This record gives sequence, C-alpha cells and structure tokens, in this order.
Amino acid sequence: MKLQSRHLIGLEGVSADEISLILDTAVSFREIIERPIKKVPTLRGITVLNLFYEPSTRTKISFELAEKRLSADSITFTKAMSSVKKGETLKDTVRNIEAMKINMVVVRHGSSGVPYFLTQCMDSNIINAGDGSHEHPTQALLDMFTIRQKYGKLKGLRVVLIGDVKHSRVVRSNIWGLKTMGCSVAVCGPSTLQPYEVEKFGVDVYTDLDEALDGADVVNIMRIQLERQQSGFLATQREYTNLFGVTAERLKLLNKNYTVMHPGPMNRGVEITPEIADGKSSVILEQVTNGQAVRMAVLYLLSGKREDGE
Amino acid sequence: MPKDKIETVLDKKGINRAITRISHEILERNNGAESLVIIGILTRGADIAKRIASKIKEIESVDIPVGLMDINLYRDDVHQKLDQPIIQRTEIHFDVVDRNLILVDDVLYTGRTIRAALDQIVDFGRPRSIQLAVIIDRGHRELPIRPDYVGKNIPTSKDDRVMVKLSERDEDDSVLIEKSGLKADEKTPAKMKDGVKKTAAKPQKRKGGKTK
Repeated sequence: MKLQSRHLIGLEGVSADEISLILDTAVSFREIIERPIKKVPTLRGITVLNLFYEPSTRTKISFELAEKRLSADSITFTKAMSSVKKGETLKDTVRNIEAMKINMVVVRHGSSGVPYFLTQCMDSNIINAGDGSHEHPTQALLDMFTIRQKYGKLKGLRVVLIGDVKHSRVVRSNIWGLKTMGCSVAVCGPSTLQPYEVEKFGVDVYTDLDEALDGADVVNIMRIQLERQQSGFLATQREYTNLFGVTAERLKLLNKNYTVMHPGPMNRGVEITPEIADGKSSVILEQVTNGQAVRMAVLYLLSGKREDGE
Repeated sequence: MPKDKIETVLDKKGINRAITRISHEILERNNGAESLVIIGILTRGADIAKRIASKIKEIESVDIPVGLMDINLYRDDVHQKLDQPIIQRTEIHFDVVDRNLILVDDVLYTGRTIRAALDQIVDFGRPRSIQLAVIIDRGHRELPIRPDYVGKNIPTSKDDRVMVKLSERDEDDSVLIEKSGLKADEKTPAKMKDGVKKTAAKPQKRKGGKTK
C-alpha cells in the first residue's frame, strides 16, 4: 500500500486505503511524541519550506514541530517579512527558494488552487496546509484520526459539521474524507453560508441546529470567521449565537458518548460555549496533539516519492 | 538454470531448544532476571522476545518487561527506496535506564537492522548494557556488530534466503534456507519479501552520531 500522488493537495479523490495508510502511520508516530527524546532521524537531509501567506498558529507550529521531530531541516516563510511587499510574484518567490535546494513545501494561502499551482511550477512535494475555501486536508485527517482514536472506527458514525459551510476549507476536506471512510455526514449553518447545490456533496443539509444534532455522534464546530461577517452573510453575531451556537443544553440531542470538536481558533461564547469547549466530551486539545502525528505521517509518506524516482 | 533448493535448518523442536538454551545463557550471564528487560525487533524478533520472556518466567518465575520495536524510522536507506516502509508500532512501556537490555531479532545478517535498533534504544535512555540474541546468524556482516546469544550459525551465500517461520504468524515453527543455485557471476540482488532478510543498501555516511 502506498500513496498514489507525491503531493497532498486535498482529500477529494484520495481513496479509503490511502487515508487508512496515513492514519495507521500516524498511530505509530503518535507514540514518538510521548517519548523522552521526541525525535527520530528519518527525514535527515530533507529540507522543508513552510510557506505561509496567511496567519496561522496551530497549523504552522504543528508542521514545524512535525518536521523537527522527523529531523528534517525546516525554514518558515511568512508573507509579512518577505519580498512579496516589493512585488515579487508567487511563482518567482517559490522558484527562487527552490533554487536553494529544498525538497518539500507546506503551503497556506488565501487563494484556492495555490498548492496545485505550485505542483505545476516546482519539483518539490507539495502539502496543502489550507488554501482559500478549497481544502485543508491535514486538518480533516487529524479530525478523522481523533474520531477513530475514540471510537476505534469511522464507518457508520454520524458527524455534524456546523458553521460557515460556504467558506470553510475544513468543512470541505472533512466532507470528502468522512464520506470516503463511510461516515454519515451532515452540515448545518445559516442558508447564506451554504454554497449553491451543497447537497451534491452527498451530505444532509440543515438550517436548524437541533434537527442536525439529533442522533449524531460527533459534532465538529467551525469557527465563525468574524472577519468575513462585514459582508452581510449574517444579520448579527448575536443572532448566529442564538441559532447556531452549541451549548450544553443542545448537546443532549446527541447520542450518548458524543464528542465535541473544534479546529480552532475558538470564538468562545460565539459558536461554542466555554463550558463545552473545556468539557469532558471535548477532544479539542487532543486534536492539536494528534495533528502533529498526522503531519509527521504525511511528511514521511510523501518524502519517499521524488520526481526522479518515478 | 538450476532450480532453487529449500532446506530445513531448524525444525520446531530445534527452535524451541535454541530458545531454551539462549534463555539459560541470558540468566547465567546476568546473574538472574532482576536487571533484565527484553526488546524484540518487529515482527518475528518480537515473537521470539516474547517466547524468551515466557521461558525465563518458567525457569526463574520472574516477569521481565517485554517491548516491541519498529526500526524503519532509523534505517540508513529510508530515502533510497521508492516506497516508504510501513511503520508499525514501537511499544516500550518501561524504563530502559540502567537495565541489562536483551535485544532480539530472528536473523542476523548485515547488522544494519541492529545498528538502527541500537540508535533507537539510546533515544529511550541509557541501558547498563545491550546484549544481542538471534535465532540465526548467517554471516556477511557489513558493520562491526556481533551477537551475544545465537541459536544457530549457518553458512550462506549472499543470494540465499533465510526464512524464519513462527507459529504466531506462519503455519508452523521452522527455519528454512533457500539456496540460490546460481553461480557467483549470475548473482542478482536479493529481493525484499516478508520474513526474508534482504541485502541492505550501500552504506550511507552517518552524520551527527551521538557521542557518549
């Protein structure tokens, strides 16, 4: 079993066997994080560029640590400190960095399609760390890892994704991945934040939170992107909280042994109450720890696939 | 081309006797089982490690901690292969510091697996000693590594295959050798196959090694 592609652009089209391979490999890497010396020499000699055109706390640190724990050399590029301000194009920027002999690129960008674009103009392995409203595959993988860790399986579970379905790359990657792995998936959010023909994803679509939560196992709550809300998608933030904010009372609709997830960063008191964010069914911090293991697995599995070797 | 010949080197009883003798030798050399921990290299080394541990329990009535180790992340040829090896779980749920650690594998060949295992163990702590136990030593070392406990030494050519079968995952216990039957000038590189020791890739200079 191996991955088909030498890049990870999204989970659309990635098979169940490939996702299982990544998750199984991540189980082995998860143990390394608990060791006294949290480092293995596997990616010695591999140089990874973290190309971050958008702000990020978790994903950036998680990838950087994953690279360090595998003994790769890593450098991090952030837009604010670069020559992008002088007008250098993306293509020129990455080709110049690649000329310094790097092997893999982890990219976060505000525009959908940038990771794919990089596969066309670079020889490195490209890993998507979030592009526009397209996909954020490693986030969905770590969400699936965390669900599987708790229930021992993915198949047959009911997962509800709540929030801005229209703009959220996390929702999109989760839909592709969870569907492939045999979960029953529902999305819920205001109709203004649902994309056209959302039902074509093959998911159940709700605009009523109570209906969506009824009988579900996992609730994955997306951040309401406050910076987007100037454009009139929501009447007010308070209205969103009243209609779609997840509270302890509403969680009673879920199946017993339910799980609360959030990809972060949280707006406490908006889409999630502090009480459930820190509650005993919350796996939010576990998601963060698992994220490292999943990213180590992705780096490891892709690093063996080089341009010249195929 | 002559057909490959398969010979049995050890049968079920032979393997059992080897494990019994190795267990006694371990106890003798370490003055009992109190200081011991045992780690097997996946997959068949781990099976043998468990058998040695239960044999020691039979003899001394002492439970010694058993760990399993996947050494693929420490290989020196991990980037020379096209497909990354599948990483299995390493389970060492005890402290190795200041213990006499028995490292177990099925077949000792080039020594590269053991080199990787030694590096990995040191990342878990500093044992008082590390001793190596193997069922088969087939020679052709590429590194200065020697076993402390050997089930059986067998002379092989580099193109022969040595297969250790254990009832934990195969039909029965046995050690088989498949003679290549080829003359030296017709030699082809050994292929990777489950349960078969293969020729490791060419040496790669190791940088940043630990000094102790």
